[in-house]
Amino acid sequence: MPRQLAQLGQTGLNSLGKLGRSLLVLIAITGGVPALLFRPKLIIRQLYIVGVLSVVIITVSGIFVGMVLGLQGFYVLSQFGAAESLGMMVAASLVRELGPVVTALLFAGRAGSALTAEIGLMRATEQFAGLEMMAVDPVRRVLSSRFVAGLMSMPILAAIFSAVGVLGGYLVGVALLGVDDGAFWSQMQAGIDLQRDLVNGLIKSLVFGFVCTWIALFEGHDAIPTSEGVSRATTRTVVHSALAVLGLDFVLTALMFRN
Amino acid sequence: MGKQRILELAVGLFMALGLGAMFFLAMQVSNLGTMLTGESYLITANFQNVGSLKVRASVKLAGVRIGQVEAIKLDQTSFEAIVSMRISKNYAKIPDDTSASILTAGLLGEQYISLEPGGSDNYLQNDGAIMHTQSALILEQLIGQFLFNKAGEANVSQPTDPANKQ
Repeated sequence: MPRQLAQLGQTGLNSLGKLGRSLLVLIAITGGVPALLFRPKLIIRQLYIVGVLSVVIITVSGIFVGMVLGLQGFYVLSQFGAAESLGMMVAASLVRELGPVVTALLFAGRAGSALTAEIGLMRATEQFAGLEMMAVDPVRRVLSSRFVAGLMSMPILAAIFSAVGVLGGYLVGVALLGVDDGAFWSQMQAGIDLQRDLVNGLIKSLVFGFVCTWIALFEGHDAIPTSEGVSRATTRTVVHSALAVLGLDFVLTALMFRN
Repeated sequence: MGKQRILELAVGLFMALGLGAMFFLAMQVSNLGTMLTGESYLITANFQNVGSLKVRASVKLAGVRIGQVEAIKLDQTSFEAIVSMRISKNYAKIPDDTSASILTAGLLGEQYISLEPGGSDNYLQNDGAIMHTQSALILEQLIGQFLFNKAGEANVSQPTDPANKQ
C-alpha cells in the first residue's frame, strides 16, 4: 500500500514538475520574441515550414468537411422544410467551431509533431549544446521563431479552412442538391454576425495556435534525447494538443456564446 | 539567394490567401455586407412587451430594412420596454406620427420591428420617440384567450365576458 501511495505521489510531482518546466520554457520563448523583430527572415522560414506546407491538407479537409456539412444539413433541414437555412448552418458550424478546432487538430498532427521531432532530434544530436558552446541561447534562437510562426499561421489556416468549407457546402447544397442560390447566401449573411461569430472564431484559433505550438515546442525541448524518447514526445504532442484543443474549445464556447 | 526568394514568395502567397479568406468570410459570409454603413440616427419606442425581440434585430419599413435595434431596456417607473433603434441617415424622412409594431418573420422566425408611416409633415429627429406602438404577439396568451372564449361559448348559461371578446 505505501508503495502505491508513493507511486501516486511521484506521478503528481512529475506532472507538476512538467507544468513548471513548460512555463519556464514559455517564458524563455517569449523573451526571445522581441529580438526576432530585427530578423524577420527567421520567422519567414518557419512560416513556410509550419504554415505554407500545411495549406494543402487544410484546404482539402476544409472542402470535404464543408461538403459533408452541406449533405447532412440538407437531409435534416429539408425534413423541416428549412433547406434554405443550409447556408447559415454550414457557415455557423464552420466559423464558430469546426474551422478553429479541426484546423488545430490537423495543425497538431501535421506541424506540431514535426516541430517536436525536429527539436527533439536537435537535442538528441546535441545541437543545442553546440549552440550553447557558441554562446547562442538555443531556446531563443530555435524555439522563439517557431513559436511566432505557429501563432501567426493558425488564424490564417483556420480562415482558409472556413472559407473553403463554405464553398464546399455551397457546391453540395446549391449545385448538387438544388438549394436556392440567393437564399443560401442571404440566410448565411443574416445569421452570421461579424463580432459574435467571426471575431470569436479568430480568437479561438489564436488560442489554439498558442497552445498547440507551446505543447509541440515544449515536448521537443523536454524529450529524452534518444530515438525512443523523441518518438514518445511526438506522440505526446499530438495527444496533448488534441485534448487541450477540445477541452479549451468547450470553455471558450461557454464563455463566448453565453447569450 | 534564389531559394530565399522562393521561400518569401510562398509565405507571401500564404498570407495573401489567409487575408483573402478572412475578407471573404467578413464580406460574403457575415453580416458586414448588410450592416449599416455611414451615418445613422437613433429613435426610441416604448413597448408593453417586446416578446423575444433581440438586439441587432431588423427595423423594416414596408418590408425594406432601414436599421437595426440598438438596445432594449426596461423603464423602471412605467415597466415598459424602451427599444432604441439605429436608422440609416439615408432614410431621414420618417413622419413623426409613425407607428411601430413587433412582428415575426414567418411562423417561427426572428422577431423584427415594422414601422407604419403616418401622414405628418414633421420628421423624426435624432433621439426622437415613436408614440404609437403595438406589442409583440405572445403565442401562449393568444391561445389562452382563444380557449377561454371557446369555453365561454360552450357554456350557454354563463354569459361571456365582453372584455374577452376579440
